[in-house]
Amino acid sequence: MPGELSVSLWRGGERGRYETYRVPRCESQTVLDVVTFVQRHLDPTLTYRFACRVGVCGSCAMTVNGRPRWTCRTHVAKVAGDDRLTIGPLENLRIIKDLATDMQPFFEKWQQAKGAFEPSKTKADPIEQIRPDDPARRLADAAIECINCGVCYAACDTVRWKEDYLGPAALTRAWTLVNDRRDTGNAARLQAVAGAGGCHSCHSHQSCQELCPQALNPTAAIAGLKRRTVAAYLKGEIAP
Amino acid sequence: MTVAGLKHRDSALWIAALVHRISGLMLAIFLPVHLHMLGLAVERGAALDAFLRWTDQPLVKFAEGGLVFLLTVHLLGGLRVLVIENFAWRDGQKQLATLAAAVAAVIAFIFLVRAL
Amino acid sequence: MNVKLYVWQRATAAIMVPLVLVHIAVIFYVSRQGLTAADILSRTHGSVLWAAYYGLFVATASVHGGIGVRNVLLEWSPISERNVDTFAFLLGQFLLWTGAYTVYVLVLA
Repeated sequence: MPGELSVSLWRGGERGRYETYRVPRCESQTVLDVVTFVQRHLDPTLTYRFACRVGVCGSCAMTVNGRPRWTCRTHVAKVAGDDRLTIGPLENLRIIKDLATDMQPFFEKWQQAKGAFEPSKTKADPIEQIRPDDPARRLADAAIECINCGVCYAACDTVRWKEDYLGPAALTRAWTLVNDRRDTGNAARLQAVAGAGGCHSCHSHQSCQELCPQALNPTAAIAGLKRRTVAAYLKGEIAP
Repeated sequence: MTVAGLKHRDSALWIAALVHRISGLMLAIFLPVHLHMLGLAVERGAALDAFLRWTDQPLVKFAEGGLVFLLTVHLLGGLRVLVIENFAWRDGQKQLATLAAAVAAVIAFIFLVRAL
Repeated sequence: MNVKLYVWQRATAAIMVPLVLVHIAVIFYVSRQGLTAADILSRTHGSVLWAAYYGLFVATASVHGGIGVRNVLLEWSPISERNVDTFAFLLGQFLLWTGAYTVYVLVLA
């Protein structure tokens, strides 16, 4: 397959710049293939992240022609109109170098949203019977497949505008636990998502939902958290 | 931040949220003026009468049409948020958002047709 | 934004849905040439209904606008949270009392 791509890659840190490379096109080429080609054949100093290459780990997320996406699952043919690609690191995260960002705040907010399971039983207790068609379990299952790729966080303008906003991924995880009958941490969890950086800052832009590669719906999860926190607040169970 | 003009901002729902915000800001600025002008009705409203005659001009009527648009679009944008947050998730939100903007424009247009 | 401000903002929004619809109808009814202060006052003066309606509208709009502007300033301006809180509160108070005076003028004066 003939042809060449003109690829602009972000180089450097926060004060870096785009540099352009010429990369030969080939059949079924992905954006990750393009970045890998540059690093292997044109400039070995290029820094980027990937792991599985097959769309199950979320490590290769970058901004491609203005949208955050998994580069291993983005076919060049689908996005490179007139043979041009612009690839940058994920937004809303500090750039370490080139295409790699510091994901630390993303994971810290996961903890701040109480996104960790709080057990209520010991191994001596009988197993909790939860049917898969239980309504709360369905809600949790619809939101559970997050692999922390950061695409939603990078796409979210409320994250961009509010430094303390916990973000779509952390809040979606909190929602799955709020719907988990086995979890005992909901008093603290609802409190955690009802404060300044909590779910109420979401404006339902829905960039998260549009771009999530796992087809999750953080906007809906956050709407659910809004309802639950309002109920808890009106009952006096949490305070702002 | 590296990339200017992130592409997701061309989504109808993102634009709906922006229009809702901008219209709210403009209404918040307009409201004190509006309340002040109505307050001129004090003492049988001679000052208000002078103002009302001024508003009969076509250019002012156009501005009023704009205000009707702002109020309607802000109401509809607010309904979008209230529905998402309190009712079951629905598909077709982008189409509804576009329709809402069109409805607001039509209402403002009807206002202008009657007023001019 | 927190759960308390959210409740107030969404509750005032929900209350204002019918109020705004009525107001748009009023705007249409009133939007004819040659409207005078006497026309307005003849309808509003001494009316408990208009006082209640516009009183409620002013109160809810003041709260809703104050919280809304607060959110916008926190997200779009570099102003500190403390100063934004003060400004938004003052804006809400300004709208409330200007509106209360206007309702008074139209109904009682």
